[in-house]
Amino acid sequence: MDQLIQGNEACALGAVMAGCSFFAGYPISPSSEIMEWMARMLPTRGGVFVQMEDELASMGAVIGASWAGAKAMTATSGPGFSLMQEHIGYAAMTETPCVIVDSQRVGPSTGMPTMPAQGDVMQARWGSHGDRPAIVLTASSVRDTYEMTVEAFNLSELHRLPVVLLLDATLSHMRENVDLPELPVLSRAHPASPDGFAPFGSPEFLPLGRGARFMVTGLSHDESGHQQASDGAPGERLLRRAFARLEADAERITHLRMHRLEDAELVFVTYGITARAGRAAVDELRDVGVSAGLLELMTLWPFPERVVGAIAERAGAVVVPELNLGQVALLVRAVAGDTPVVPLGRVDGSLLAPDDIAAAGRTALVADRSPA
Amino acid sequence: MRRGASLREYLRQEAMPNVWCPGCGHGNVMAALTEAFDRTQLDLDTTVVVGGIGCASRMPFFLDTNTMHTTHGRALAFATGIKLARPELTVIVIMGDGDALAIGGNHLIHACRRNIDLTALVLNNEIYGMTGGQAAPTTPQGFRSTTSPLGSIESQFDAVELALAAGATFVARTTTFDFHDMPRLIETALAHPGFALVEVLSQCPTYFGRLNKLGAGRALLDYEKDLTEPIEGITRDDVVGKQPIGVFRQEIRPEYTRRYAALCERARKGAHG
Repeated sequence: MDQLIQGNEACALGAVMAGCSFFAGYPISPSSEIMEWMARMLPTRGGVFVQMEDELASMGAVIGASWAGAKAMTATSGPGFSLMQEHIGYAAMTETPCVIVDSQRVGPSTGMPTMPAQGDVMQARWGSHGDRPAIVLTASSVRDTYEMTVEAFNLSELHRLPVVLLLDATLSHMRENVDLPELPVLSRAHPASPDGFAPFGSPEFLPLGRGARFMVTGLSHDESGHQQASDGAPGERLLRRAFARLEADAERITHLRMHRLEDAELVFVTYGITARAGRAAVDELRDVGVSAGLLELMTLWPFPERVVGAIAERAGAVVVPELNLGQVALLVRAVAGDTPVVPLGRVDGSLLAPDDIAAAGRTALVADRSPA
Repeated sequence: MRRGASLREYLRQEAMPNVWCPGCGHGNVMAALTEAFDRTQLDLDTTVVVGGIGCASRMPFFLDTNTMHTTHGRALAFATGIKLARPELTVIVIMGDGDALAIGGNHLIHACRRNIDLTALVLNNEIYGMTGGQAAPTTPQGFRSTTSPLGSIESQFDAVELALAAGATFVARTTTFDFHDMPRLIETALAHPGFALVEVLSQCPTYFGRLNKLGAGRALLDYEKDLTEPIEGITRDDVVGKQPIGVFRQEIRPEYTRRYAALCERARKGAHG
């Protein structure tokens, strides 16, 4: 049944669909409606909603709840996302499944509350100190927001990781008429028995208070949870294993959407709200005989470098429209071989329009064809 | 009362030796905690001990229960998530004074305000031990640390007054000098159905004692004794120039996870919206 709903509401409905039973958050625009919906929905479903004193506490409570066995999430925006970074690192270090939704607004700092941006791409990957595996997803419609929220939970449960879903102010607040289907839901695997179970380095998860009394710590540790602060080998072993698990499951994790790419000489690589304008730009260019196409990255991290590289190398020129000053363009350039990669960024709180994107595409093609 | 060998069953032998310096008071607090475990016949399988970061917050490593060593100052936030998600668990939080009163001060006041059923021990040695003897919000004015080499010019935070003002329903203070009564006090705090804060003055001979020329061991216990005054038969307002010790509040008010359960019940019945 079609219903007219807002992006943030679709996110909350996706969370409930995925089996989220714990939400902790702190109000911040443009994400607040997600927590407002969770405050309405969770108590009637036996779940827990709690408004914490700040974003550090929100993320701490989410991790605690996950270790108590709950599917847990929080939602925030730039400044709050910055505050959560230490605990996102803790969740990675302790292999804690959880979901963080970041509805991006213009930064740095308080920036423009609340105009859309896509400036948290690198922060979502590298914002916490140290190396860690990361999954970061995007969405470009209200329906996507619902589906990718479910997918964020599924991947976090499957890989015991904090998974970030990047939205933006426009997507969070826009309304679309959508039909939200039931979707497959994955839940963390539990060991057959707590006896002798090594709680880390395994896709199986045993919550606290379920018969095995072990240590969860952000200190470097071994498979048993025993801290190894002066011997780095067990910590590195666990970290490399976590990276390898993502690598092995790359196909499952990587979500891409291709629009008229088959014979495209001009390729746009983009994501999130900007992908909508990008598709319109492609159609506009095709109408006047330019063979343009678009690759939408619904998984930003792990960055799908092989697919992006293959598509970019075939193209005459690649343009990367995004609401930042070239964060994903940097990644595309690294894998594009000799193909010129042109960033098209904007950070003034406005969206990129189809005309802006089409014009940048034409310029890139002309530059590519002109003699060196 | 069981002491010695029989309390070892509460400790993780594989995590020993502990990290504490000779003469540190934290081991005594852990001994009192295990004795309280024993007195209450606590089910170790359904107990979670959560620590922050610092000397005191290392205690979870040595206890043979479900344990979580979290981030500096945020142990109460993690504990709140655990307790809300599974209210049937007994959740104990161990923090130091820097942990609970500086970086974690915000979480402390809000845990008090919510009256969530956690038992929080704040081990106050009036200095940062793990990082090398820097000034804490509890360092007394005029006392030396590595970041107040000429004596601290700041006012001291009082964990008890803070917790009382913020709405904690069980608030107590003791010292490692009063070790004998500590297990019973912790036992009472564990049994309290609401947020219980127990501040324990614990000695740091390595930094606080040495930098302030107070000596170590017995001399620091005497320092604690001289610093404090029991409130038996008087109120804390009657104590002047010293830190009162004892139980300052023990009252039953609606506990957070129970209030939440009642809210869910109302929501299910459609009272919402």
